[in-house]
Amino acid sequence: MEPLVHAVEGFMYPNEVELQWSVLIVLYPFITGLVAGAFILASLERVFRVEAVKPTYRLALLTALAFLLVAPLPLQLHLGRPERSFEMFLTPHRSSAMAMFGFVYMWYLMVVLVSEIWLDYRRDIVQLSQTARGPVRWVYKALTLGSSNVSARSLHIDDKVGYYLTIIGIPSAFLLHGYVGFIFGSVKANPWWSTPLMPIVFLFSAMVSGIALVLLLYMLANWLRNQALDMRCVDTMARYLFYTFVIDFSLEMLDLIHRIYEADESFHSLDFMVHTRLYVSQVVLQIGLGTVVPLTLLASTQVARLAERTRKALYVTSGLLTLMGIFAMRWNVVIGGQLFSKSFLGYTTYKLDFASREGLLPSLVLMILPFGILWVLVKLFPPWMSEQKAVGERHGGDH
Amino acid sequence: MKEAGHILRLAALFAIGCAVFLVARHQIVPSGFGKYGHYREGALADNRAHPIKYAGRETCAMCHDEAITALGKGKHAGVGCEACHGPQSAHAVGGGQPKPQLPVALQLCVVCHEANSSKPKGFPQVASKQHYEGGDCKACHPPHQPK
Amino acid sequence: MDITRRDFLGTTKKLLLLTPAAAAFLAELSGEEAKLDSGYRLADHYWAMSIDIDKCIGCGNCVGACANENGVPAGFYRTWVEQYDVNGWNDERPDVDSPEGGMHGFPDRKAAGKSFFVPKLCNHCEHSPCVQVCPVGATFESPDGLVLVDKDYCLGCRYCVQACPYGCRFIDPQSQVVDKCTFCYHRISQGLTTACCETCPTGARTLADLKNPDDPIHEFLRENSVQVLKPHMATGSKVYYKSLDRSVR
Repeated sequence: MEPLVHAVEGFMYPNEVELQWSVLIVLYPFITGLVAGAFILASLERVFRVEAVKPTYRLALLTALAFLLVAPLPLQLHLGRPERSFEMFLTPHRSSAMAMFGFVYMWYLMVVLVSEIWLDYRRDIVQLSQTARGPVRWVYKALTLGSSNVSARSLHIDDKVGYYLTIIGIPSAFLLHGYVGFIFGSVKANPWWSTPLMPIVFLFSAMVSGIALVLLLYMLANWLRNQALDMRCVDTMARYLFYTFVIDFSLEMLDLIHRIYEADESFHSLDFMVHTRLYVSQVVLQIGLGTVVPLTLLASTQVARLAERTRKALYVTSGLLTLMGIFAMRWNVVIGGQLFSKSFLGYTTYKLDFASREGLLPSLVLMILPFGILWVLVKLFPPWMSEQKAVGERHGGDH
Repeated sequence: MKEAGHILRLAALFAIGCAVFLVARHQIVPSGFGKYGHYREGALADNRAHPIKYAGRETCAMCHDEAITALGKGKHAGVGCEACHGPQSAHAVGGGQPKPQLPVALQLCVVCHEANSSKPKGFPQVASKQHYEGGDCKACHPPHQPK
Repeated sequence: MDITRRDFLGTTKKLLLLTPAAAAFLAELSGEEAKLDSGYRLADHYWAMSIDIDKCIGCGNCVGACANENGVPAGFYRTWVEQYDVNGWNDERPDVDSPEGGMHGFPDRKAAGKSFFVPKLCNHCEHSPCVQVCPVGATFESPDGLVLVDKDYCLGCRYCVQACPYGCRFIDPQSQVVDKCTFCYHRISQGLTTACCETCPTGARTLADLKNPDDPIHEFLRENSVQVLKPHMATGSKVYYKSLDRSVR
């Protein structure tokens, strides 16, 4: 507390000098955003019959699962008393958006995601439970739930149930990430957060980040497996990414213009903050490099006829910049919302440690962990198992 | 229906999970939760169970009635004993022990009476270093009955 | 010194002579089994506070007494005092300061314009946004009008700290759960007043019981121009300020 005093400019209420929510709380919406976005992409094929993106269906679901498993970890690390977190299941306070977390998370994980993956993979699981060797065979056997029925009728039932689960899953995904936006948007004490647009902005930026992630992972997986890329699939994903990004950008610009125009009592303070302490992360990283540049690159692929190589390079660049930009957006909302005083008379600084509980090191670990989990999931449930055509696939080189 | 057996097993698994959760919840939720509102009833008593450090002027008056009478006649009538003498509940409970240390006038009086442009204009305040060359306040102003 | 009365105090017969407040307090302190709920009925009280800006001299007694009484950790404040310096008619951006919460007083700013002190603390709001956002019910509004924290139940998620418009909540670094002003519930439920009101030399701060028809708060509210902090937030704040200037944030 005392060492931070010199980092204060102007006046802050004595208790608000130290930030309450750290980078871990930036990570959480970023991760759940990726989950929601990846799932929406998967549902494009399953429900909206966008057949072009079918090659990414299973990969998108596994990506969503890998990230969803990691999602509660930053929250646990952040809590003052993590051993009491189960209380959210026991006595959720119905007026609190945060209390929804336990149930929405459980619902989405078990009823939507795990069930849908299980139903889609069930035939492969049954097959693997019979053909696999070693201890992993028991994993598959357990997952069959004791049923080895893979008749055409049972698979048809799987397909129908999975279809309805996806339909339920879409509003569930909106809820999973939308409530996070509401957590911020409903805090009337904080003018940087308080806006009805917040859940919608969060949701659209989630979709943008999720599509970008699956796009990149798909290109990466095929490159690693030395497979030919289904360009029709990639082009379609990029197109959806572009459209979603345009909507997301418009919403954020609407919020900004509205603020500047109305110029309420908080405006002077917020404006100063954006021009000083938040300049690099907001103007340069989020708006500039993270939104305008990828939008321009993606737009160019939509209006001009470009060669496949060029398009691939542009997709990778835009995808990476997009992910950075959406992360910056989460940062600017969470951290930015705490850098100014609620008296509108002062500013503080956020000190990011390295090896402390809420520092940079655990954050990096938490960001890498889902990729590790995804790798295990891909090994256990290869998304391309049912592919008959494996052009150029090296039989020993499959990882 | 037999073709959907695996679905039923999945559903059964979920049902069992929910049941286990509900039973566990019933056991673990603290008793008295929800009696007055969405909180643990015992929290009210917990918030009341704290040691008291400041005895309050009524308690001081039980023994020190001359001081209280003197105070009542002067400008410091509204000032609580512990505002100057610090927390004295230990002294009260101990039947007079430990004896509090008398505050040093020059350090104590200036807390309120040092001149400050933010203080209300009618409030008695002086620049202590210039006021009678920073002499002891008690020499002219008896603390319990200042003029 | 009145020896006879002193001796009397040593016995349980003292309870007949003393005020109920002091009696309960002494009984508890001397180790007798004091039933905390004895005599205190939740339904009889609805606590509030009045603060008269014209009387506050910025001595900081309240901040120090509160920290002492409640064991408030250093660097955090259950109550604090702010010094305002308003520059002419530009009262949207006054110069404000609160060195160590005002615990050791304030330097003289040699203000040319309007300057005054504002004590602040938890407003124990009737429609408290902090209670609204607690995910588990670890902070709540008691039936007698106080917003309290259940330290054995709090997760330390800090949502309530974010939701409070007044900045009166903080995380206790030791227990890692939320802490804030309780209107000295442990004192007021025994007939005493809060530590801050007890040590305020000018009577700027006064505890009030809205359910008590004889409480001076009713005349205070009737006779004065009364303000609350951030009225546009409609929190139902129960700390009533007299002579609160427009510039106060």
